[in-house]
Amino acid sequence: MTTATTTPLTSTLTTDAATSPTGLWQIAWRQLRRNRLAVVCLAILGVYTVVWLYAEGVFWNAHLRGTTPAYKVSHYDVRNQPPSPAHWLGTNFAGRDNFGQVIQGTRIAYEIGLLTSVIVIPLGFVLGALAGYFGRKVDTVIVYLYSVVDSVPSILLIMAIAYVVRGAIDRSPFFQGITRYIDSGLLAVCFGMGFTGWVGLCRLIRAEYLKHRERQYVLAARALGASDASIMFRHILPNVSHLVIINFSLRFPGLILTEAVLSYLGVGVANEPSWGAIINDAKQRLWLGNWWELAGATIAMFFLVLALNLFGDALRDALDPKLRIAEGKTA
Amino acid sequence: MGAYIIRRLLSVIPITLGVLLITFFLFRVIGGNPAYRIAGKNATPARIQQISHERGYDKPFFLNFQNFPRQLFDAQFPRLCGQLAHFDLGESLSTKQRVSTMLRQGFLPSLCVTVPMFVIELVLAITIALLAAYFRDTWLDRSLVIVSVMGMSISALVYIMVGQYWLASEWRLFPVWGFEGPRYLILPVLIGVIAGVGGSVRFYRTVMLDEMYQEYVRTARAKGVSQQTILFRHVLRNAMIPILTNVIIAIPFLYTGALLLENFFGIPGLGRMTVTALFNGDEDVIFADVFIGSILFVIANVVTDIAYTWADPRIRLK
Repeated sequence: MTTATTTPLTSTLTTDAATSPTGLWQIAWRQLRRNRLAVVCLAILGVYTVVWLYAEGVFWNAHLRGTTPAYKVSHYDVRNQPPSPAHWLGTNFAGRDNFGQVIQGTRIAYEIGLLTSVIVIPLGFVLGALAGYFGRKVDTVIVYLYSVVDSVPSILLIMAIAYVVRGAIDRSPFFQGITRYIDSGLLAVCFGMGFTGWVGLCRLIRAEYLKHRERQYVLAARALGASDASIMFRHILPNVSHLVIINFSLRFPGLILTEAVLSYLGVGVANEPSWGAIINDAKQRLWLGNWWELAGATIAMFFLVLALNLFGDALRDALDPKLRIAEGKTA
Repeated sequence: MGAYIIRRLLSVIPITLGVLLITFFLFRVIGGNPAYRIAGKNATPARIQQISHERGYDKPFFLNFQNFPRQLFDAQFPRLCGQLAHFDLGESLSTKQRVSTMLRQGFLPSLCVTVPMFVIELVLAITIALLAAYFRDTWLDRSLVIVSVMGMSISALVYIMVGQYWLASEWRLFPVWGFEGPRYLILPVLIGVIAGVGGSVRFYRTVMLDEMYQEYVRTARAKGVSQQTILFRHVLRNAMIPILTNVIIAIPFLYTGALLLENFFGIPGLGRMTVTALFNGDEDVIFADVFIGSILFVIANVVTDIAYTWADPRIRLK
């Protein structure tokens, strides 16, 4: 086998390497492919993503037609049924198919991950870049900002923000157009987790910019007359962008777990079956021996969080072998 | 070093002000006039106005420009800060108790749960992490890592529900609910440790492995030091810095208690108190909580810095 591949490999190397150098992403992809565990995790993530798209389809199809989606219709004649061929994961207190609920939970989990990142990534990145690049007073102010956020226990701050923001969203007419499509509880949770979660990314990016601004290529760019903004976002950004992706894939599982806790504490997603809401609902029925509601959501959550965690680790090792220390624990 | 410590301790002022500002902004500016929450749903406008006046909610938020400049600081936020600066924590709206009394009653039950949990988890996590680092890249290391990540992929809620239902209620190994003796603490602490240990193992393992590839480890091996000695003498001592940071920063959060465990097991601690206060709009309790929390946080940061000099003599505080 080795002899068969040697000749074409060297020939491609000599021609390819001359025309286009192998990029960071290509090398990382090659390394990921060799890691069997990472490939399995990627496959699991692929399955979840397909389920997510399907769930979005179900949701939007019902929404645009103005009908109640199937997963929200109650069937009181088949309440609290154990798993059977008709209902793989049994039914809940309103006779809704638990499997369908868990699938919609996948949609909520993805929406939370994406919406929160819409807040976290720009906020954390821009603030981190400004602090690291300019240093001095800008740095002092931004470090002060994240120290303040850090000194409140994050779950308390998330709860407080989610609780207050939800009240504000429900009252304001501006949000009414949005809350028809996105649950106001979900938005509030994303606000809460977004405005506390940027700290980790900001620290990471700040440290990188501190390092990069001393590099030769930055000096060269400055000598050529590049502006600060251009150096920050056109020269340094491509060198640190992989950190954003690693940070995202390691933060996502934490968000899913935190959402479950928030649901229990009463500030979670209100009118949609998130995994947290399902688990919280299952709490009372567990005492009646109805284990399937808890089991369904737990298993769905477990495999997504597990795959994301392991894949995030593999991605980090592949993209940046130096960056090994995890950024603290998840909630 | 003394000057450094004092300078760092002074940062408690801006940090605490910032924390109070965030809390104030959330509860008064976005949250609206608290008088509505106090008076209830069927209050008359006159009653609202009366409460607002009594408690000062009708004043401007930050600065008062009436009778400038004599009453400049006669506004809501400066008054709140003034009160807290005298350590007057106010009183709870719902129970009418002094907040300082509530904190004093609540912090002991909280610590009863969080301190054993914290210590057991720390010792267990470091032991497992050392084991994994010692047998790195063998099947043992890999299975330890995967089991840890599996452990942290299950929601804490599920651990609590399963533990409370099967271990306590079905098999009757532990009391289900309450806070009446050491026996009541076993299950919450056990669950807390199981739920938290996975993440810690993963963190400490990466910390140790980071040190494993340093040059001093190679030197030690080259001169014939045994693997065990390298691990316990050289690596563990050098890994102290990230471990200390992680440990000391977690300490101030012990006092806020374990929100979930306290709620599920009926432990009358600060975590439960805070959640209740949040939903009752009981601002004074929240303000007191974040106020004390932020002071402890700054102190913990300074202690970390001092601990660094102990762990690594190369570090000097200036």
